[in-house]
Amino acid sequence: MRNWLFLAVVMAFLAQFAWAGDQANSRTPKPVIEIANPGKCVAPPEEMRRNHMEMLKHQRDRTLRQGIRGEPVTLNGCIDCHASKKTGSVLGAHESGKGGNFCESCHAYAAVKLDCFECHQPKAKFKAAGVMPGVKP
Amino acid sequence: MSSSLTSRNEAGIFYVLAAIGGLVTAVGLGSALYMEHAGHVVTGMNNQIVWGIPHVFAIFLIVAASGVLNVASIGSVFGRVIYKSRAPLSGLLSIAMLAGGLAVIMLDLGRADRIIVAATHFNPTSVFGWNVILYPGMFAIVAVYIWTMMERRMNAYSKPAGFAAFIWRILLTTGTGSIFAFLVARQAYGSALLAPMFIIMSFAWGLAVFVVVQAAMYFWNGMRLPPLVLQRMKNLLGLFVAATLYFTAVLHLTNAYFAKQTAFEYFLLFDSEFSALFWVGQVLIGSIVPMILIWSTTGQRMTWVTVAALLVIFGAFVQLYVFIIGGQAFPLDIFPGYDVKSSFFDGQVDHYTASLPEILLGLGGIGIAFTAITIGVRVLRFMPQDDVQHLETAGAITD
Amino acid sequence: MSEQNNPRRAFIAAAGAGVAGLGFTAIAPGLHLMAVAQAADATTNSPAARKAGEAASSAVRWGLLVDATKCAPGCTKCVEACHTENGITEKMPDARQNSQWIRKIELVDRRNGRKTELPMMCQHCANPPCVDVCPTGASMKRADGIVLVDRHSCIGCRYCMMACPYKARSFVHAPLTEQNPEVPRGKGCVESCTLCAHRVDKGQNPACVEKCPEGAMIFGDLMDPNSAISKRIASVPTTQVRSDLRLDVGVRYQGI
Repeated sequence: MRNWLFLAVVMAFLAQFAWAGDQANSRTPKPVIEIANPGKCVAPPEEMRRNHMEMLKHQRDRTLRQGIRGEPVTLNGCIDCHASKKTGSVLGAHESGKGGNFCESCHAYAAVKLDCFECHQPKAKFKAAGVMPGVKP
Repeated sequence: MSSSLTSRNEAGIFYVLAAIGGLVTAVGLGSALYMEHAGHVVTGMNNQIVWGIPHVFAIFLIVAASGVLNVASIGSVFGRVIYKSRAPLSGLLSIAMLAGGLAVIMLDLGRADRIIVAATHFNPTSVFGWNVILYPGMFAIVAVYIWTMMERRMNAYSKPAGFAAFIWRILLTTGTGSIFAFLVARQAYGSALLAPMFIIMSFAWGLAVFVVVQAAMYFWNGMRLPPLVLQRMKNLLGLFVAATLYFTAVLHLTNAYFAKQTAFEYFLLFDSEFSALFWVGQVLIGSIVPMILIWSTTGQRMTWVTVAALLVIFGAFVQLYVFIIGGQAFPLDIFPGYDVKSSFFDGQVDHYTASLPEILLGLGGIGIAFTAITIGVRVLRFMPQDDVQHLETAGAITD
Repeated sequence: MSEQNNPRRAFIAAAGAGVAGLGFTAIAPGLHLMAVAQAADATTNSPAARKAGEAASSAVRWGLLVDATKCAPGCTKCVEACHTENGITEKMPDARQNSQWIRKIELVDRRNGRKTELPMMCQHCANPPCVDVCPTGASMKRADGIVLVDRHSCIGCRYCMMACPYKARSFVHAPLTEQNPEVPRGKGCVESCTLCAHRVDKGQNPACVEKCPEGAMIFGDLMDPNSAISKRIASVPTTQVRSDLRLDVGVRYQGI
């Protein structure tokens, strides 16, 4: 019984960190995020913060498995808008060393693995250059 | 008991063995992390030979894990007393080797970090998919089986549990053999014979591992295996080795008979780096020499039977290497009747050289099994207890 | 094509579920398909773009016809076009570890020495072995017949590479950074020709077809009797590679 009480207190304590991001005057340190085009997102920031992963997950399955194109939410859409004006990428560290560009800064802050860019191109309007050498038979 | 070890030495040996096992395991896990980080570019595997030395280790461990349970099955399902006292040890070996084998196969994945996807996304037409159910199921069933044997109040249930484990392990090895049996693309595979062949291979390899571990445990405890028990087990081992050789011969003969397969058979058996491995490693050292050791007068001695079992294990590794790597090295026959050439190495025999990280990963699987067995036999009562006089009066060891 | 429409796959699935003893139904993950009519644009000889929000339809089956008699010796324009389009720029120290979605094959007939060249890629089977063997359902066939790897669920086991009779699949052996934004690909996953699904959905031909200087490749809808590819297949003898396997491939060859 006592253990459960203790656990509940710990949970309540930890939960306030989760809320901290939405509160204006929190003493909790926040991630440094460069917003390239403020106020133009497909949904309000509160909703995007909580649900962007679900939105992207459902879209990716529809696009890849059913071939549906032209969805309002696409990862490339996110990247095109949110890529840093300096580096052109949603990944990478700021010069100050705190956090990083749009996606990475928050994921680093929240310590959530960012798997998208193992395969997806993190740079906006990236053009793959050249051809693999030595392909002639 | 001249060879008996004092209890203090014995404890010392345990810690040394556990440390060696732990170290090999740690090195294996480190290698897996390195492969995961750098990508499979650091292995010898490529787009033609897609499965390499980790799969040789993993499939040996998984097949032997299923086969070693045979000892328990003979005791519980078929009621042979001398095997019954060995059933718990057989269960422990099974779980330990299965853990080692599965660890290797999972850590070799390109995306080992998302292994959970294998559990959350199930494709019912995939033999791997079936194995995702068969392998964890094996853990559970064998664990329950050991429990029914070692917990006195549960003894009544050990026979049905043993029977369930027996059925499950037959399914499991069928599933392992079917990984290759259900492939139409490559000439080395795609034969229904592979499923029963894997079962008989598992009998031989599992029993060989059991004989070696048992010999080590008796030596460790300064005891001598009753000659009648030795007699029984080595005869059975010889029989399984002979049966494996028979299946191997039938598989290659059918392949050699079909015109579309003869080029591959000629390559494998006479004209490649795998030919010597097949004839000398698998057939001579791994099968014929052990049979001679077992059935000549040397077979009366524990030492020689243990040597024979070790040779069977060596032969098993060679056999899997020839089967897995040799089977992939031969080019796919996409255009029968044509000589083909391309920038993707079509029409060319591939050569595989295992790199250090993948070998260490494979050894890590052995390390996991070894450590689990060492700790298991130390902390729990897995030592076979033979009441020879009782067996004789009961007539259980006369045939 | 849904799972239920294919008796062979349904049979294997039922047998598999039986062996596993858990009675899974034969439904591959995530495939819910709508039949939406879709027609190729006969005048421009390129597929019609699909409208936003519209799913790929099983009323269409994309296919490719390669005329090997036109394929020029030593020409690798299709391979280069594929690599540029799909961002395949990396080079591994061991060339056998390089990805190759399309490759030029030189054939020499052993009986008479006749030489032929042709491009080889994923054959986009109707009964793809890679889809059968994939443990997670990552290897999948889209309603319009394009066989793809869903890298979101590919665990990199390489079983599909063992199962493919055409050596069509490659495994990405090292981390990548130069991907084309429309063609995600990365370390530890298996990949193969997508028939340029991202282009086809926009109403463009696959890059290899577009860049072939000899016009040796025709892309189109095999289900539409009026498409250029269907008309050609109806008028000249064409070959399915490894037709003995009865995989019902989407890529046909003329002149081999």
